[in-house]
Amino acid sequence: MGIVSPGFFGRRRQGDPALPPGQYLTESFPVLSAGPTPRIAPDEWEFTITTETGQVHRWSWDEFLALKQDDVTQDIHCVTSWSKLGTSWRGVSLDTLFESVESDCEFTMAHSYGGYTTNVPLDDLLDGKAWIAHEFDGEALEPAHGGPARLLVPHLYFWKSAKWVRGLEMLRQDEPGFWESNGYHMYGDPWREERYW
Amino acid sequence: MSQETRTARTLRLRLPGLTGHRAGQHVDVRLTAPDGYTAVRSYSVASALPGDELELTVEELSDGEVSPYLVHGVSVGDQLEVRGPVGGWFVWDPADPSPVQLIAGGSGVVPLMAMIRAHAATAPASPGATAEFRLLYSVRSPEASYYGAELDELATSALLTVTHVYTREAPAGSVVPPRRLDAATLSIAVLPVSANPAFFICGATAFVETVADWLVQAGYPADRIKTERYGGMGSTP
Repeated sequence: MGIVSPGFFGRRRQGDPALPPGQYLTESFPVLSAGPTPRIAPDEWEFTITTETGQVHRWSWDEFLALKQDDVTQDIHCVTSWSKLGTSWRGVSLDTLFESVESDCEFTMAHSYGGYTTNVPLDDLLDGKAWIAHEFDGEALEPAHGGPARLLVPHLYFWKSAKWVRGLEMLRQDEPGFWESNGYHMYGDPWREERYW
Repeated sequence: MSQETRTARTLRLRLPGLTGHRAGQHVDVRLTAPDGYTAVRSYSVASALPGDELELTVEELSDGEVSPYLVHGVSVGDQLEVRGPVGGWFVWDPADPSPVQLIAGGSGVVPLMAMIRAHAATAPASPGATAEFRLLYSVRSPEASYYGAELDELATSALLTVTHVYTREAPAGSVVPPRRLDAATLSIAVLPVSANPAFFICGATAFVETVADWLVQAGYPADRIKTERYGGMGSTP
């Protein structure tokens, strides 16, 4: 246990086992981003997966929406200490997008419109663990929350769920993305409180 | 520690082993209750002190969990568990000669004050020492403003201009009525596009989103605009 503050009691906890250490519950949906919100029209939007051989798998907005859609309910955990339980999303599983992709790489870098990047191991994107989401709570995803579409990797801190995502680059070796180059953890497991280096 | 406003307090902490920090960084404060319950919150550093001390200015949030304790519960000499300072993005670099436009909403002025203080303390040989700084500070009332006398004093320098926009209550005798910041006021107060300023915007989510959008629409490049949301609990759905 750390330093005890005798006068501090905190909010009466719900004892919620779904809440990782150091996190608190919020009903609202705070925004964390590093700069202005990019506005991407669906007809300009595309999503790509680029392999180590330079092969590019490409989906337009219409092609992306024509893929099998998943409706998922997930808990999300932001490194700034808020957690939101039972959030509803609609999107395409990365398993679906990777069906036609051949790669020996174990790491990926997500790239976003506006220049944001974040690194995620491939294993953390597959087997029903990650999606490219375009609806939140039954509505089109707002630009401030990453619309038209964002990566959704709910088992990692939410900065890994790149807003305004436009593609994944396959990497042979792990490399830091934007926040990871600015003091944040390479992996970001909320259950182990991997907030910073 | 000192009372900054009716609802905000500045705490000075000594972090053993700390050797300065970058202007704009934050720390994580973890409080542990006697029964082991912990809560962690991030607070921007307000000071630009060399050595092992730093200051936080904490605004008490009405529904807050950690901030009421830091504003009312902590006494001089108490120990706190602090992680950091951290952050390598929302920071001002004294080696950067660019003019700097700071835009604060409410308690979002805290990390920007660290930049102003760092700028004032920068060695003359550093490229950033002669950079022009401007602060546009949107705040409810004169009583709710942080760092009033110190900002007035620093603004006597030719290198710092401070513009307050009072949203609820103007100073006594002011000819300008209280008003919300709008795009027209913004465009007059901030450094021009031709100066290619580096922007740092900090405040509640809706404030930051709106101001950043206005700047992009006014022709400022998005990659010159750094933002930080403050308080975390913006009501954006």
